[in-house]
Amino acid sequence: MQLERRSTTPRWLLLGAPVGAIAFTLLITSLLVAWAGAPVARAYALLLEGGFGSRFAWTETLTRATPLILTGLAAAVAFRARLFNIGGEGQLYAGALAAVAVGGLHGGSGFDASPWLLFPLMMLAAALAGALLLLGPALAKSRLGVDEVVTTLLLNFIVLLFVSAMLDGPMKDASAMGWPQSVAIQDALQLGKLIERSRVHSGLLWSLAAAVALWALLKHTTTGFEIRAVGANARAAAFAGMPVAAVQVKVALLSGALAGLAGAIEVAGRAGYVTLDMSPGYGYSGIVIAMLAALNPLGVVAAAIFVAGILVGADSMSRAVNVPTYIADVIVSVSLIAVLVATMFTQYRLRWK
Amino acid sequence: MASRRAAPSDRPRLNAPALRLRGITKRFGSLVANDGISLDLGRGEVLALLGENGAGKSTLVSILFGHYLADEGAIEAFGAPLPPGQPKAALAAGIGMVHQHFTLADNLSVLDNVMLGTEPLWWPFSRRARARARLLDAAQRFGLQVNPDAQVGTLSVGERQRVEILKALTRGAKILILDEPTAVLTPQESESLFATLAQLVAAGLSVIFISHKLDEVLRVSHRIAVLRGGRLVADLPAAGADKAMLAEAMVGRAVPPATKHARAPGAPVVELRGGTVRGTGARPLLDGIDLELRAGEVFAVAGVAGNGQDVLAELLCGLHALDGGTLTIAGRALPARPRAFVEAGVARIPEDRHAVGVVGDLPLWENAVLERYASPAFSRHGIVRRELALAHAKSLVERFDVRGTESAGLATITRSLSGGNMQKLILGRALAGDPDTKSSPPLIVANQPTWGLDIGAVAYVHQQLLDACAQGSAVLLISEDLDEVFALADRIAVMHHGRLGAPKPAREWTLAAIGLAMAGGEEAAHAA
Repeated sequence: MQLERRSTTPRWLLLGAPVGAIAFTLLITSLLVAWAGAPVARAYALLLEGGFGSRFAWTETLTRATPLILTGLAAAVAFRARLFNIGGEGQLYAGALAAVAVGGLHGGSGFDASPWLLFPLMMLAAALAGALLLLGPALAKSRLGVDEVVTTLLLNFIVLLFVSAMLDGPMKDASAMGWPQSVAIQDALQLGKLIERSRVHSGLLWSLAAAVALWALLKHTTTGFEIRAVGANARAAAFAGMPVAAVQVKVALLSGALAGLAGAIEVAGRAGYVTLDMSPGYGYSGIVIAMLAALNPLGVVAAAIFVAGILVGADSMSRAVNVPTYIADVIVSVSLIAVLVATMFTQYRLRWK
Repeated sequence: MASRRAAPSDRPRLNAPALRLRGITKRFGSLVANDGISLDLGRGEVLALLGENGAGKSTLVSILFGHYLADEGAIEAFGAPLPPGQPKAALAAGIGMVHQHFTLADNLSVLDNVMLGTEPLWWPFSRRARARARLLDAAQRFGLQVNPDAQVGTLSVGERQRVEILKALTRGAKILILDEPTAVLTPQESESLFATLAQLVAAGLSVIFISHKLDEVLRVSHRIAVLRGGRLVADLPAAGADKAMLAEAMVGRAVPPATKHARAPGAPVVELRGGTVRGTGARPLLDGIDLELRAGEVFAVAGVAGNGQDVLAELLCGLHALDGGTLTIAGRALPARPRAFVEAGVARIPEDRHAVGVVGDLPLWENAVLERYASPAFSRHGIVRRELALAHAKSLVERFDVRGTESAGLATITRSLSGGNMQKLILGRALAGDPDTKSSPPLIVANQPTWGLDIGAVAYVHQQLLDACAQGSAVLLISEDLDEVFALADRIAVMHHGRLGAPKPAREWTLAAIGLAMAGGEEAAHAA
């Protein structure tokens, strides 16, 4: 058995590959659902209904998708330039802390500055915190050749411990009855609700705007051209006269800033404060979403809504039939692998001897 | 061209040809890589396999060696059918292969390399003494001098090739396939390889010699098989064949040689004085190089790869800063940045077109403006002016005859272009120069501009370089292909160990003198 490169890709395969990937995912996960002793068809129906089947389901899915879009974009832009930023989770928490530092400390007074000044400052601080957190690994990579996968991944744990220290220390909310949670940002800085009687907040619009802006940046600007060229072939880009090191720094700042914003928007749109479990792995899911979207910023929006819907749907399904919510992680992971394999088969074929 | 075929023989098995291919067909999707190829290799015969890139040579050899499975056809080795798709069976039948890129471990000795993979893993002791005796016996028999204990990393390229050949011979090869064996050798090393081949053949071995150098093929082979587009288009004795006829068979049409326009050289364009680049090793990469290059001349730098030619090319492309000495281009000292050199009008053709010349994953039109995307001609306020870039790419494709864009047009992914068309794109990008002034570039730096290209594309690139030169460009040609050097150059100098020998007009050089200089002979003569 061996792999051979296809000279051309037939049209039916291009269309059939995603369908095959979904079918494969459903097959694998239904085995697990059956193993858990639940009726497969009913479980899937409940999952879909819980994620997309009602007004409430949609609002929950969109709320969950908001930070996922931003972390997905953070991973997509970094991966485009071959900067493998696995640190989205840490950058998200750093952004959340920075947001609270600007919008919540000093007894919530904000030095009596106007919200019109404080809000942009809060967002800027969050973006900067995420960006600076990724700057170190990016520089270590370009100057010293240190593998950024290792440094960004390990920084996640350092940041989480730092957050833990802050939540039990200087940023602790004394009125939280001993729970490790930060003080809240001012009410005036919290994001408004988009839809009544739901948790969807205006952060969703920020996320969508970021996706469109990143898409335009990559497609139409010289900076985007540099990012794509450096990512696809850094040697050729350098030969052609592109400032490769500067492009990599720019990408690191942009990617870190997007993940940092995800943290700030999550704080400002949801609870208003930081807890140690505010992100159920949004940073890591962002990587999966970016890959599912083939690193396309507009595709990230769709992939984020898909993943969010599965997560929300699995929650409600597990309450109705006895399948653990981990099934959501399995579905998302298997679908990622299936999509990657399906993409490979559009370019290669298997030959049997 | 009339195709002749060996007469079918009913000779007994004992006299069966070393190899007999019958109707070999291999398809990749809609592409027919080998189309019903029937071919015999006689015992004690050197058969040259000639053809352009993509003609099907590699596919045929891969089928022979069991790496690919033929869709149709059969192979016999010494009268016995060869089981298809099994490299082990090919080895057992006595088929040995010497790849163009050696498969040796640099940090092991010659003996270790020869033994590698020949011993059963479960055997507790290595049978070195026996292997050594076999190696020395083969070396003796075929006149291949080699020190079994030398570390392969310390050997010259010619010596490494000898190790590869010995490796095949000690495994009992009776049919030796050599893939472009002279591509990496100096003329003297090639001579010694040809002597080796004569000895192998005298000892009864059969050889398949893959090459695209017509002179060599005519010299060393008994019979020549020409492939074109997957078909066997000629199979004829070497005696009586000539270069023009073989070239025509390969390309399918007559290939006129590039024409040179006589022109008196003009003002100096490149002035390099005492140019030194240190690098990290003990020996400087460039060691006090003096070079003066004038408008309207082709100056060729010959040499064995790795003697500093690449660094010289990179210096003139703005990728290296000088550690000592001075460099001016058209009278100006430039900062060591590629963009500064591009803006000064240096047309740059890098050695490795896939890894350095283009970004393969991007569409053709973006690669067409890869060097000048930031200039006002193609962007404003940081936004790419797509219409203008597309128009520029379109004019390049038309003017430089870039093919392979039929289905996807300017959005064709650059990786999918053939080597020749990719090089035309790079050549066009470089030679088109400043899109505003449309002036021809004052300097062209061409590093191995025709490496791996087929004859038609080679002729095209040569003619473009000579035409630009006639328009007043100075051309620095760096090449290991001496045929190319002699075909294009007005003056030639040889690089060895980071030093540039004294340049002389092309007609004052002989092949032997260049070969000696490439091996460092000139330097030794100076030192003595």
